[in-house]
Amino acid sequence: MSQKVLLNATEVQIALQRLACQLIENHDSFSNTVLIGIQPRGIYLAERLKSILELDYTISPIKLGYLDITFYRDDFRRSGKSLEANKTNISFIVENKRIVFIDDVLYTGRSIRSALTAIQSFGRPAEIELLTLIDRRFSRHLPIQPDYRGRQVDCIGDEKVKVCWQEQDGEDAVYLIKN
Amino acid sequence: MNELSVNHLLGIKYITEADIQLIFETTDHFKEVINRSIKKVPSLRDITIANLFFENSTRTRLSFELAEKRLSADVINFSAASSSVKKGETLIDTVNNILSMKVDMVVMRHPNPGAGVFLAKHVNASIVNAGDGAHEHPTQALLDCYSIRERLGDVAGKKVVIVGDILHSRVALSNIFALQKLGAEVKVCGPKTLLPKYIEKIGVGIEGNLKSALEWCDVANMLRIQNERMDISYFPTTREYTQQFGVNKALLDSLNKEIVIMHPGPINRGVEITSDVADSKQSIILEQVQNGVAIRMAVLYLLASKIKHNED
Repeated sequence: MSQKVLLNATEVQIALQRLACQLIENHDSFSNTVLIGIQPRGIYLAERLKSILELDYTISPIKLGYLDITFYRDDFRRSGKSLEANKTNISFIVENKRIVFIDDVLYTGRSIRSALTAIQSFGRPAEIELLTLIDRRFSRHLPIQPDYRGRQVDCIGDEKVKVCWQEQDGEDAVYLIKN
Repeated sequence: MNELSVNHLLGIKYITEADIQLIFETTDHFKEVINRSIKKVPSLRDITIANLFFENSTRTRLSFELAEKRLSADVINFSAASSSVKKGETLIDTVNNILSMKVDMVVMRHPNPGAGVFLAKHVNASIVNAGDGAHEHPTQALLDCYSIRERLGDVAGKKVVIVGDILHSRVALSNIFALQKLGAEVKVCGPKTLLPKYIEKIGVGIEGNLKSALEWCDVANMLRIQNERMDISYFPTTREYTQQFGVNKALLDSLNKEIVIMHPGPINRGVEITSDVADSKQSIILEQVQNGVAIRMAVLYLLASKIKHNED
């Protein structure tokens, strides 16, 4: 197994700043916008963006929720491994809100498909956008594309992209892992 | 550990503490789901579940059916009263006929102890025991323990007394197994005639006096007298039973602490429990019912995840 650094800590920081600015361009004061981090790995990215928007650009409060998609996945009983659920925590109303889904890596698009179904249980949002730190190009199984992306990556089947966060993994970095 | 150690839920006896904890963690998530405006998830949309009730039930049956529907499973219901069982069909034949209609899981209540275990050996489907005679009622015990965990933070180290007709109660036996596996201390209290002879052999204490039992415990689980299972007279009169083993407000107020009151239902108000106690804030009877749906969703979800997906 070998691994290559795609983004180091500084580059992750630059990407986060840019993504935050792009969000501000489209959502201005965030008065009708909510952020939804996709469990389990999207929540760290979502928390980071929330704190950049609140601290660096004094837009507050930013509404942030966590959405778990386990019960909506299309590979239940098919993946060989059993699926473990995570906490969903959406303490606000999503009806008529502009939602930004936030996840670390966009790969096949199936997680986002599940998230689109899952969020409907909470109401009918005005619109949904997708923000992802890493966009694995040419690997989609479904017609889903991000509205905001940190970095586009080309990688082949057996390669894996791993996003590490300071608070969870001890460092900010993105690795390309080859088996 | 994110998988059950069993393919069927036949009784608490057959599962491990880790299984129970996994079911509880999954229940936490489903509790959140059933508090949403749309209370349904699509996980079991390609699973068909047969509810076979060879014995009467209201709560358990509705609870299972609701749990199944909230997981998007297809559901068929069957009750013995209106079926070919009356015409002399055997259990295996009945179930195999139903399974030939491509059913993946069976939820069964049956008057004979061990009916679920027997069925699991002979048919090819995942079996959930919804009560078999005076043997076990695992989902009830799970929801009882879950409700204790919710109210008191943890089950381990708690003292629980089960009061009433222990002899005929599947709820009592499943509760004893579940509570012990989770590290609680269990005593039973009731007329001598209604306590199983060898109950102490499984580490359960006996207390003849209700007041001392309540003084000892953190939680009291009040059971109903199961008249339908009594072939002989086990105590002189209902009135005498109520005087000795019925819990009322005055008795609870005379204790030097506040205990939690549970009841698996159906309640015979004025017999084992008075109305003011059943409806008091010490009672978690309605929480038990609410948790029942989430517990059953978790059990069905975890068992279904072990059914192999058929590619064709």
